[in-house]
Amino acid sequence: MRRTRRLAAVALGAVAAMALGACGGPSTGGSGGGTGGGGDTAKAEANAGIGGIANPSDAKGGTLRMANSSDWDSLDPADTYYAYAWNFARLYGRSLVGFKAAPGKEGAELVPDLAESLGTPNADATQWTYRLKPGIKFEDGSVITSRDVKYAIARSLDKDTFPNGPTYFNDYLDLQGYEGPYKNPNLDAFTAVETPDDRTLVFKLRTAFAGFDYLAGLINTIPVPQAADTGARYKEKVVSSGPYKFETNELGKRFTMVRNPNWDASTDPIRKALPDRIEVAVNANADDVDNRLFSGDLDVAIEGTGVQPAAQGRVLADQALKANSDNGLAGFTWFTVLDDSVAPLDNVHCRRAVLLAADRTGYQRAYGGATGGDLATNLMGTNIPGAQQFDLYPSSGGTGDVAKAKDELNQCGQPNGFTTSISFRAERPKEKAAAEALQQSLARAGIQLEIKPFPAGDYAKLYAGKPDYSVANKLGLKVYGWQADWPDGFGFLAQVVDRRVIKAGGGNTNLGIRIPELDARIDQALGETDKAKRDAIWTGIDRTVMENASVLPGVWAKGLLYRPPNLTNVFVTGAWGMYEYTALGTTRR
Amino acid sequence: MLAYVARRIVAAVVLLGIVTVATFAVFFLVPRLAGATPQDLAARYVGRAAGEAQIQAAAERLGFTDPLYVQYGRFVKGLVAGAEYDTGASVEQCPAPCLGYSFITQNPVLPDLLDRLPVTLSLALGAAVLWLVSGVAIGVLSALRRGSAFDRAAMGVALAGVSLPIFFTGLLTLSIFSYGLGITAPGGSFTRLDENPLLWAYDLLLPWITLAFLYSAAYARLTRAGMLDTMGEDFIRTARAKGLPERTVVVRHGLRAALTPILTLFGLDLGLLLGGAILTESTFSLPGIGKYSVDAVVQNDLPKVLGVVLIGSMFIILANLVVDVLYAVVDPRVRAG
Repeated sequence: MRRTRRLAAVALGAVAAMALGACGGPSTGGSGGGTGGGGDTAKAEANAGIGGIANPSDAKGGTLRMANSSDWDSLDPADTYYAYAWNFARLYGRSLVGFKAAPGKEGAELVPDLAESLGTPNADATQWTYRLKPGIKFEDGSVITSRDVKYAIARSLDKDTFPNGPTYFNDYLDLQGYEGPYKNPNLDAFTAVETPDDRTLVFKLRTAFAGFDYLAGLINTIPVPQAADTGARYKEKVVSSGPYKFETNELGKRFTMVRNPNWDASTDPIRKALPDRIEVAVNANADDVDNRLFSGDLDVAIEGTGVQPAAQGRVLADQALKANSDNGLAGFTWFTVLDDSVAPLDNVHCRRAVLLAADRTGYQRAYGGATGGDLATNLMGTNIPGAQQFDLYPSSGGTGDVAKAKDELNQCGQPNGFTTSISFRAERPKEKAAAEALQQSLARAGIQLEIKPFPAGDYAKLYAGKPDYSVANKLGLKVYGWQADWPDGFGFLAQVVDRRVIKAGGGNTNLGIRIPELDARIDQALGETDKAKRDAIWTGIDRTVMENASVLPGVWAKGLLYRPPNLTNVFVTGAWGMYEYTALGTTRR
Repeated sequence: MLAYVARRIVAAVVLLGIVTVATFAVFFLVPRLAGATPQDLAARYVGRAAGEAQIQAAAERLGFTDPLYVQYGRFVKGLVAGAEYDTGASVEQCPAPCLGYSFITQNPVLPDLLDRLPVTLSLALGAAVLWLVSGVAIGVLSALRRGSAFDRAAMGVALAGVSLPIFFTGLLTLSIFSYGLGITAPGGSFTRLDENPLLWAYDLLLPWITLAFLYSAAYARLTRAGMLDTMGEDFIRTARAKGLPERTVVVRHGLRAALTPILTLFGLDLGLLLGGAILTESTFSLPGIGKYSVDAVVQNDLPKVLGVVLIGSMFIILANLVVDVLYAVVDPRVRAG
């Protein structure tokens, strides 16, 4: 018996040691794991990468190790629609213009990349001209011409071959029925983009688009040499025009990149190209990615949304880890749409009652509290240049105003409240928690919510984003979120509040906001060339949406990003709310 | 014996056919019965900004507008005669047996699966050796020292092994041994056996041990129970009475008789694992068939799901065939029957 007890004690001790080891992990002090010893700064500081540069350094060399817990939709610039993919693509491709590599809002400014300057519009902004810098080359040494850019845009129009990419060029170029080079190999038939010489591109639009430079900054304008185009297979061997080219590419597993000898830094105002080599693992376990970041075995989690919930508490509790973290606005607004086609939410007073009764602090807790984001009071977050914060439904501490809500219910003709459904994406626990929080807080005013989860992949296509399904199933409230395709009013609002983008067949990103008066104002903003005036129009549109009580704002999302001490030149860009990948370096050799 | 094996192979082919029909039905027939249109199905495989024309085009391109039997016939035709695929820039050939193309990535399924097979094979076979040897050894020792401290400790650890999920033990061991002590490879490490055998073993050591910890527990308990039964049999007493050495009694008479149910379980477990060690591959970020199958199911990517189901079913059937043959080797009574 004594021997058994001794054995049990030893076993318990071993288990305790294992658990402690797992909790404590390696020393996470300033110089951290790996062989790196930090950059030029002496001491790490939390949020140093927000509005400033953490560990600044221009030292070149080393290998940057990155991991992605999912997989790219595609490495082909024509076929990808993730913010991190657009950020990352700048390492191997150059578009006509691009976001400045700078911290904070400065990172949301456009600067010329392949082009000599930002676009030159005609008088009514329906035609835009760009002129390429001379002598910029592909990885094989051939000079990039305007036809290479034109071809890249032309192929991106083919949504049978590239279903994932954005459709802005399909929507706004004056295509005259042109469907891409695979269906019509005669590139001269693509008259919406003209190339009068090897360095000039002229874009012809269907309608005025004063912010067209943002479209010219899409990765669809990264040049593709026609001879190297293999259609759906091009993602296996993308031809580089950026500072790195693909060395290996095992789709769905990993790829490596090395320096592109034909990239000329003197033509490139954006990229620092500090590491000699970049290794990327995909489909990695998300929790394992965090552990590897903490141990110094990995440098960057590519998704850029922050550490997993399991690691969040560890970062916040450990001062050494916290000192190497940044908790900034990530670009997303998490909100709930009030579908105005589902009775009684077709009455503005009923919608206002919802906004007034909601305890928004519960919404914030659902998304991880203050670390997960700031309480949102309107749609566009302050990370978008020109956006303004305002609150039309104030309450003490954001917990809701039940008395005012009941008053609105009286005006709505529902003095005892009403019953409707709230939908969310089943695989997202934060959305579930938000729905439950709303269920509790709205009940205080007599508004009863029936909770309905749906598969995330089909959410917008078959359920919450399909108008007839929403009406038939009384999906009055729909938990959702949005990040701007680019940081301005159009980039954020157009796809979520313009009623004209709602398709009867589903697949909508506007989940039920129909405000007729916005049509003209959105069109006006599209054609307004004065940026300040344009921003003012978009802010007004945001205000109208809130006056109309079409959206219950939840959280302006924040991500808790971790930067290992060996990572240099780290900052959060205002373009995407994640680390700027073109600036990163490493001290690991 | 040859006729027996041939019969089993024919039965296996029929079974695989039934499995593909059932999988096809789950993905296409059931949604249609529930009212989904071809466009509803196609909407899953277009981008988020897709219009109705694009969805309709996708429905036609993916063949959803055809009757179900035509779609299944196309799949079978691909298996036996190959298929063609339009990449936009060219039309490429997918030689038989063609398992089709992913609806999401547009990659041919079979090369993808074959590319991931070495990972799953390496993981499953290495772990199987570990769990079989350790599980049986611990089970035999526990049975021989029934009630001892070793027996209790071993069965306690075995209980823990069965109870603890692999995503917990995997992350814990990675945290301690890879990132804490730095003595094992980090997650996501895999080297092919033919490239560097030592690195292959080093990279897989932790996944092997973690997976074997889970399985050996069950084998230890099963072996112990079997040995306790067997060692009380008359023929064991006879063997001892004949003066045979104890080792011979235990190994040649006791263990051999106790092995039959273990072999059955082993065949099933190994077959299942070869079809994809889903949790282990996900936890250790190993790009094997298990991880591939998870992604396929999450994305509703039918060609990938069908491919995984076919490969998985094939391994289960094959493993059971091997086990059936081994029965005859292990147990003379089967041979006689």
